[in-house]
Amino acid sequence: MEKIKSNSDHEHGYGLYVLVWLALVTLTGLTAAVAGINFGKLSIVVALLIAIVKSYLVLTEFMHLKTEERTFRIFIFVALFFILISLTLLFTDYSFYTR
Amino acid sequence: MTTQEHAVENVHRDDIRSRMGMWLFLFSELILFGGLFLMYSVYRYMHQQDFSIASKEMNTFLGTLNTVILLTSSLTMALSIAAIKKGKKGFSIFLQIVTILCGIAFMVNKVIEWSHEFAEGNFPGSSILANKPSGQILYFGMYYSMVGLHGLHVLIGMAIIGFMTVFTIRGKITKDDYVKLEAAGLYWHLVDIIWIFLFPLFYLIT
Amino acid sequence: MASETLSINHNGYHESYLEYQGKHKGIWGWLLTTDHKRIGVLYMISILSFFAVGVTLGFLIRLELLTPQGTIVGPQAYNEFFTVHGVIMIFLFIIPVISAIFGNFFLPILIGAKDVAFPRINLLSWYLYLTGGALVLLAIVLPGGAPDTGWTFYIPYSVRTSTNLIITLVAAFILGMSSILTGLNFISTIHRMRAEGMSWFKMPLFAWSLYATSWIQVIATPIVGITLVMVIVERVFHVGIFDPTLGGDPILYQHLFWIYSHPAVYIIILPAMGVISEIVPVFSQRTIFGYKFIAFSSIAIAVFGSLVWAHHMFSTGISDTAEFVFSLLTFLVAIPSAIKVFNWIATLYKGSILLEPPLLYALAFIFLFTIGGLTGIIQGAISLDIYLTDTYFIVAHFHYTMFGGTGFGFFAALHYWFPKMFGRQYNKKIAKIAFWFVFIGFNTLYFPMFILGWMGMPRRSYHYLPQFQPLHVLSTVGSWILITGLIIMFTNLFRSLLKGGKITKKNIWGGETLEWQIETPPTFENFEFEPKVFEAPYEYKQNEIEKEEVK
Repeated sequence: MEKIKSNSDHEHGYGLYVLVWLALVTLTGLTAAVAGINFGKLSIVVALLIAIVKSYLVLTEFMHLKTEERTFRIFIFVALFFILISLTLLFTDYSFYTR
Repeated sequence: MTTQEHAVENVHRDDIRSRMGMWLFLFSELILFGGLFLMYSVYRYMHQQDFSIASKEMNTFLGTLNTVILLTSSLTMALSIAAIKKGKKGFSIFLQIVTILCGIAFMVNKVIEWSHEFAEGNFPGSSILANKPSGQILYFGMYYSMVGLHGLHVLIGMAIIGFMTVFTIRGKITKDDYVKLEAAGLYWHLVDIIWIFLFPLFYLIT
Repeated sequence: MASETLSINHNGYHESYLEYQGKHKGIWGWLLTTDHKRIGVLYMISILSFFAVGVTLGFLIRLELLTPQGTIVGPQAYNEFFTVHGVIMIFLFIIPVISAIFGNFFLPILIGAKDVAFPRINLLSWYLYLTGGALVLLAIVLPGGAPDTGWTFYIPYSVRTSTNLIITLVAAFILGMSSILTGLNFISTIHRMRAEGMSWFKMPLFAWSLYATSWIQVIATPIVGITLVMVIVERVFHVGIFDPTLGGDPILYQHLFWIYSHPAVYIIILPAMGVISEIVPVFSQRTIFGYKFIAFSSIAIAVFGSLVWAHHMFSTGISDTAEFVFSLLTFLVAIPSAIKVFNWIATLYKGSILLEPPLLYALAFIFLFTIGGLTGIIQGAISLDIYLTDTYFIVAHFHYTMFGGTGFGFFAALHYWFPKMFGRQYNKKIAKIAFWFVFIGFNTLYFPMFILGWMGMPRRSYHYLPQFQPLHVLSTVGSWILITGLIIMFTNLFRSLLKGGKITKKNIWGGETLEWQIETPPTFENFEFEPKVFEAPYEYKQNEIEKEEVK
């Protein structure tokens, strides 16, 4: 029989999860507080940057992507690349359209 | 070892394979929402003013509260897997139930929000909304579609975790075989990530 | 391992998957099976049934177009005919046909595995397929009428029509789910279940093409899923996302629809290309020319194919920048496609060719797909496309790529693997006769459409100008020849199931891939021993001889 593979070689303590949660809640507070300030066009950039950092934390820590096989990390880039390239190409129309 | 049952079940157990299947499924879920994010970005680009005005109708406090609730549920979910890995079955079950309760709290908040919006007349097909500029109609169209689909995923996620709790109680999820619980956890965290993006995009437009 | 598995059998030897009795007996042994081979056969039966419905509708469409005015039905029925023809042929036939039938049956065998990664999910996706198919048929018979929007469900008409559109959209969504589950199953299978020694570059090219296909299925399908759901939401709740009267943008629907539906074209064609890459080396007894190029061109097609969707929209008023970008990217897809064609031809060159039915279909594939591909470049050029869009030229183009490509690829695969699947040999002489009927009928049916389109005949039109009639008549006659050929082909195959000569020889065509090293038909367990792979997939004696000559 093949060796049973699992994540168990990377034990996560409870403490790390609680720390990540604290960071996530802090970032949520930050994004809500910052929303009151008007950065103009930069507002959405700031909001999205914070959201990206939060998702990164969830992905790497809660979803164990950090200790997962490398293939999985390549996979996620494939999915994100598809969304981003679709968005970019979509805006080759909407940024310049004259309908 | 030589029964026919064995012949059917004679596939090596491979947890990485199971998680790979789950991740691939999550990508398709991600892109399901991705389609909606594409629509959102186009309409927000076309109607920046109207989106900003319409978003003032949102209750930012409830939105922030819901974000914290969902993040907490993600924490308890991750902890429940850590607990089962350490063989603490009872603690794991407790944490799973807390996760489901967080999901219920999230949905209750949503019902409060939506009934408030409906009372204000901000729902598809209402004459009040129909008289507003098309950008605001689109804002609420996107809001109900995206948050609605997300809510549906929360409900499904709660149901899945409910099944996992039963499996844990019955001893089908154990210290040595917890890949089902991991898969459920991955699903729940994805639902969380979607909300992490929905929150600033609908509640925090300046 | 060997001693264990041998004792499973009742008669001292492995049982064929067709006779294997598991937990469930008789019909339930099929309907509740998780065996990838049986699921492949289930797909074959159901897909061919829907194909028969689609062909019948196509036949009726051609019959209607025999005369410039009404011939057999009214305009509304005609609209419903071409819509349902499109929906069935695309969602129920051509998308799943090769990957669901032969992918399920042969992918695990080709890479030396016992089954796919998730056998139960595999069965679930067949049931989803069946549910989707049943809903499509339900939409035809329910009062309200079959959908009449065309298979693209374009806004705003799809929000207005009173026909049973919602059921069809739900069906398309469910079929999408089925497709996604098959895709994730295949990706996990290829990543995790290859036999010992089966490295990525020792995989048969059919497995490579399925890998690329599966990625498009997982990544692109959800986009059309959510888009179709939004059309339902629009019809039921009037949220305004797509409805122009509420501020929605109908062009955005087209964007999102084609973000999936153009890559879907490659979901359709890539498995067929994989089949051809298997058949060509076997019947020329040479190793495939440019293995890595063919493998990577599958991936390149999958990537580029996702970036070209708006070439379906050149005449909708999208921005000039978008037109320029998408036209350029469209031309780029021609490169990996051409790489494949050149490599197949180079493989055939100096090979010892066995002109058996599978190779005939494969050669027809190369010929017809090249015509389809080159006419695609014509439409990728904006200046020409503005003139040719929505004419019969496009109808001819996509029938050449879809039917001439994947349809013929399917027939090739059917004649190649059928004896292995069922342990029966069909009559080769009749198969060749059927081929010529299909090939001549196909060209008589679709080639006149290029000319009609060039002359300005609009597609989906019920009436047409009298000067178009001669070519329409020719085309309709072609449809009769084609259908005759199809009837001969399938009768021949079906007859061989009942009366054909039984074969037990493992390797009837002299192939070098793993499926030819196991029993015919395959045993329930596929492999007697866990296979170990040492060689690249297409090592033929011919190569040895050539190497000798060089020395």
